[in-house]
Amino acid sequence: MSDPGVDTPAPSGGGQLPRRKGFGAETVFRTGTLAAGTLVLVIIVAITAFLINEAVPALRADTANFITETEWFPNQTPPVFGIAAIAWGTLVTSVIALVVAVPIALGIALYLSHYAHRRVATTFGFLIDLLAAVPSVVFGLWGFTVFIRPVRTFSIWLNDYFSWLPFFGGDGPFGRSFLLGGLVLAIMVLPIITSLSREVFLQTPVPDQEAALSLGATRWEMIRTSVLPYGRAGVIASIMLGLGRALGETIALALTLGFINEITFNIIENGGNSIAANIANGFGEAGEIGRGALIASGLVLFAITLVVNMAARVIIYRRREFTESAA
Amino acid sequence: MSTVTSPSFAPGQDPMLRRRRTPLVALVGVAAVALGVAAAVCYGAGIGGWVLMLVMAAFLYLVGAFAVVNRIEGRRAARDRTWSTLIASAFILALVPLVSVVWTLISKGAERFDANFFSTSLNNIGARDPDGGAVHAIIGTLEQVAIAAAITIPLGVAAAIYIVEYGRGKFTTLIRFFVDVMTGIPSIVAGLFILSFWVLLVSPIYNNGQPQFSGFAAALALSVLMLPTIVRSTEEMLRLVPAPLREGAYALGVPKWKTILRVVIPTALPGIITGIMLSIARAAGETAPVLLVAGGTAAVNINPFNNNQSSLSLFVFQQASDASRFAPPRAWTAALTLVALVLILTVVAKLFARRNRISR
Repeated sequence: MSDPGVDTPAPSGGGQLPRRKGFGAETVFRTGTLAAGTLVLVIIVAITAFLINEAVPALRADTANFITETEWFPNQTPPVFGIAAIAWGTLVTSVIALVVAVPIALGIALYLSHYAHRRVATTFGFLIDLLAAVPSVVFGLWGFTVFIRPVRTFSIWLNDYFSWLPFFGGDGPFGRSFLLGGLVLAIMVLPIITSLSREVFLQTPVPDQEAALSLGATRWEMIRTSVLPYGRAGVIASIMLGLGRALGETIALALTLGFINEITFNIIENGGNSIAANIANGFGEAGEIGRGALIASGLVLFAITLVVNMAARVIIYRRREFTESAA
Repeated sequence: MSTVTSPSFAPGQDPMLRRRRTPLVALVGVAAVALGVAAAVCYGAGIGGWVLMLVMAAFLYLVGAFAVVNRIEGRRAARDRTWSTLIASAFILALVPLVSVVWTLISKGAERFDANFFSTSLNNIGARDPDGGAVHAIIGTLEQVAIAAAITIPLGVAAAIYIVEYGRGKFTTLIRFFVDVMTGIPSIVAGLFILSFWVLLVSPIYNNGQPQFSGFAAALALSVLMLPTIVRSTEEMLRLVPAPLREGAYALGVPKWKTILRVVIPTALPGIITGIMLSIARAAGETAPVLLVAGGTAAVNINPFNNNQSSLSLFVFQQASDASRFAPPRAWTAALTLVALVLILTVVAKLFARRNRISR
């Protein structure tokens, strides 16, 4: 590591002052912080390495295709397990969560940035942040004891009138379903998307907004023509961060899904499972192969969330460079 | 109203603008009609309860208000009002679950919020025993979070110092990028990592070849989750320290490392502490890693390095899925305790941030 900025600024002018030699405290300190910084990279690599190390023996023992198999019986002999159904569950719950949360989150973000009075915005922005601080296990508990009741009623209603749609078919029981899990997830990703988009909306250059208003635009037209285009990249990034959170959420889904492995479009019948929930629920009775199988599924989850998060960060970094160079 | 100052005429200055305003009465009228029609349809045809009625009324109000404003003020104003209504209602909609969670937490959590809960563990508590508490879980949470903090705070702050004070070039950008990416690692993956690294590979070395769960392993997993948030927040705070402060120290001949420790860090300290507290609050609520590497137990285990430990969040999870009818009240009270702990930390951290001398 060559580092131009490490030396204390040398006194200029006149002759060279005699340099006091410490016991290399500077070197020790710099190396220490460098090691701490490098640790982050080491951890990322280590996660991959150790997960692979534990997953490979289980994958070798698997008698089914890990990608396409829907069942998860790693503890029986011979072990049969695959990620298809649980990955499907992760996907479905995340999609439901985003479909519900994104419009609401953007609405709240716009409300806080461009509609509410400043003091109101501060207070309620704080409330939304508190929503983010509530542990996921509490949302899970709330989801399967309280929230399940309106969701079940809603599911039965949907089934009564819309059972001709594949999503709302089936003949019950309803409640502990993809819909419940997805809605609980929606509540959990809401604050993430809200706070980031709100920040982006607040950064919209005031001249842009005033230009729109002075041309006679209504407030909505101003938002549509100046705020939304300016914030588009940031909003996309915030949605992807929300997606990353939704994909990896464990305990809330472990408590609200029905723990049945199946690939189905039906989102209201009891059932469903996800990669993360499967790990939390299946870990207790897992043997050695079972543990390796769960770790293998965790590795897949890690890879997916890593890609999603990296994509989101690349968007944010690009945008930051763009806005900083524009400023 | 708006945070962006819109050019507005004083009332009465422009008769055109005044004449074209939609009277409030009209909108209230539209709301009443919408509600009436929705009630008639829902209960008349028997297709749903009051929720459907409200949803339908809201929809009818949007359509009706659009029509009325469109008639009086024109299409653009009507569209503007519709979007304002939608945006405001998104906000109200989000408050519903928040209020519901808080209300249930308090009302259900109060049931077992007694001395017994905070003085006993679940040791020897059977399915038919109404008693039993969470002392073991509270001890577990405190120990695990304390160990995690002790490991992560020096590492996180040091990494942030490197990024801000020493780091230049591509390598630093790489570290910053992966710190950001690491904030998105699912907690269950952190748990699996420590499981496959510490529990399955390292712990057999000192435990006669047997893998061993421990509170320390849980603390390691929590460290993995806390590290990026601490680095990130510390980094932001260090960047806010004005350059003249550093330059002043250099001018006095203070070496760089001493400048950082004596000048930069103390200046940024309140902000750094805020970030640390927020990350601790976050870690205290994590369930999945503790489940995977500490295992959970019913009895008090003071020693975090040996054998299973529980934690408050794990206690909530396990009691929630327990068959005993006395388990749910225990779960709710533990959840209330956990949320109180987390929220107190969060609120104090945010208030502390306001005292920051160099806050933006």
